Amino acid sequence: MKTDTRYRWILYFTVAMMVVAASSGMVSAASVDSFAGMEGTISIAGGTAHIPVMNDAAKAVMTAHPKIRITVEGGGSGIGVQKVGEGLVDIGNTGRPLSKEEIAKYGLQSYAFALDGVAVVIHPENPVSGLSAQQVRDIFAGSVTNWKEVGGKDGAIHLFTRDEASGTREVFWGNLLNKGAIASSANVVASNGAMKVAVAQDKAAIGYAGIGHVDKSVKAVILDGVMPSQENAMNGTYPVTRKLYMNTKGEPGKLVKTFIDYILGPEGTALSQKHGYLPLQ
Amino acid sequence: MLKINPPEKWIETGLFMAAVVSAVAIVSILLLLIYFCLPLFSGNGLSRVFSWRWQPIDGQFGILPMCAGSLALSILALGIAFPPAIGICTLVHVLSRGVFARIVLILTHFMTGIPTVIYGFVSVFVLVPRIRSLSEAGTGFSLLTAAITLAILILPTIVLVCYTRLEQLDPVLRLASAAMGFTPIQQMRHVLMPAATKGVAAAAILGLGRAMGDTLISLMLAGNAAQFPGSLFTSFRSLTAHIGLVVATDSQSLAYQSVFAAGLVLFLLVAALNLIIRKTDNRITANAFLRVQETRHEQNF
Repeated sequence: MKTDTRYRWILYFTVAMMVVAASSGMVSAASVDSFAGMEGTISIAGGTAHIPVMNDAAKAVMTAHPKIRITVEGGGSGIGVQKVGEGLVDIGNTGRPLSKEEIAKYGLQSYAFALDGVAVVIHPENPVSGLSAQQVRDIFAGSVTNWKEVGGKDGAIHLFTRDEASGTREVFWGNLLNKGAIASSANVVASNGAMKVAVAQDKAAIGYAGIGHVDKSVKAVILDGVMPSQENAMNGTYPVTRKLYMNTKGEPGKLVKTFIDYILGPEGTALSQKHGYLPLQ
Repeated sequence: MLKINPPEKWIETGLFMAAVVSAVAIVSILLLLIYFCLPLFSGNGLSRVFSWRWQPIDGQFGILPMCAGSLALSILALGIAFPPAIGICTLVHVLSRGVFARIVLILTHFMTGIPTVIYGFVSVFVLVPRIRSLSEAGTGFSLLTAAITLAILILPTIVLVCYTRLEQLDPVLRLASAAMGFTPIQQMRHVLMPAATKGVAAAAILGLGRAMGDTLISLMLAGNAAQFPGSLFTSFRSLTAHIGLVVATDSQSLAYQSVFAAGLVLFLLVAALNLIIRKTDNRITANAFLRVQETRHEQNF
């Protein structure tokens, strides 16, 4: 009996090890293999919207190739440009295209890898289906407070916005509100998911969420006659979008180039989509 | 003797080290918070952080609305949780001491183990729509919603601390007052509660501290609008939720530095509350002691 149990434990142990080996093998499959034989460090800083994608990519690469170290820092797009321009990091991320001055001053190269689009969302039962950009600005500034004023039912408008660190908020605020004020009485939710839950429950709610996150639980508002869909975001007719860029100073070295290709490749694209961004192709 | 001595020494040293480590940890957290707040003292950072307006777009980084929010939320939650907690204690301690009391106690113990996020999540779907239908202006994410949910969260803490204290009382108190013809409710009101005041106050402190320190409930249910909590149905932001929302921003900005100020205020607020209640607690305890002595005196006659 005793030896029997011992054998069984050895069997369990072996099976467990096989599972571990198989799962780590799965991570290293596909394009992580292109890092084979490389070592060194890649330092990344800048745009906060990029961080989840960069972190996941770094984790996948470092798990498969322990000799490669990748560090990911935030700081925002401005910091990203400064740090890569001064040679402090290898890749500087920005959530906006570089200005001519920045390119001229530092000799930077840009690699766009994903599209971040933001839709205005309301409750599915709200009779309003389209709004003009100006109406959205007035609603979020707090100067329009009743749905009746924009063609809906009589009743207060419940405002929902995102936290200060949100990239979604930055796109919405920069591209649609033209950096205008958001009423301080607006409710603040901490994620795209929380935004959907809040708006899906409240018939008087208006909020905004990444296009990749919009589903049947909320209604995306037609903005100035344009439907916020993936197609319209990609062909440029829907204006509330931005591309996410990686920037390097001059031609990147071999390791950095491999990392950029990885982000642009199918595995990196899958990571971008997982975090709610749209692929560029 | 010789064999027992060395391990005892080790245990003593071990416990002493543990005490030193925890004390050092608390002090260094406070010092670190102060250190991170230092940049605010240069320029007019301090007056900008301790103001009533939070509007980072216009360079307004006031955290006072959040301080008011945290205070209002925790006091309201304690106000909602305290009466039922005392009620439950009365029920299980004097009114019904059989199987029913045991079931209630087991349930209360079980409640302490429910993760905060469950309360928050259920509240979003159950409580928020009901509060919204109560008030025309609000979205349902409000002071009242967060306070009710937080009250449920801190209720078991208060009940268990109170109950433990009541159980520790000298059984003579209960028997004597019962013998004098006090009904169970009268025993509780005039004899047991006064005798257990210190425990009850400790329970309240613990409840208040837990309410003030909780982040997830207010983050999920309070609405997080950075404004003064003017009514039960307004959306507001607590200090803890504010830290959670802002900590991911650009580390160079004043918004980020205001997070450390918020942390320091939270730390000092909880410390001050502890001190204040401890002070009054001593007085109450002294009063209660006298009252108990009087009661005993009366019993003796």
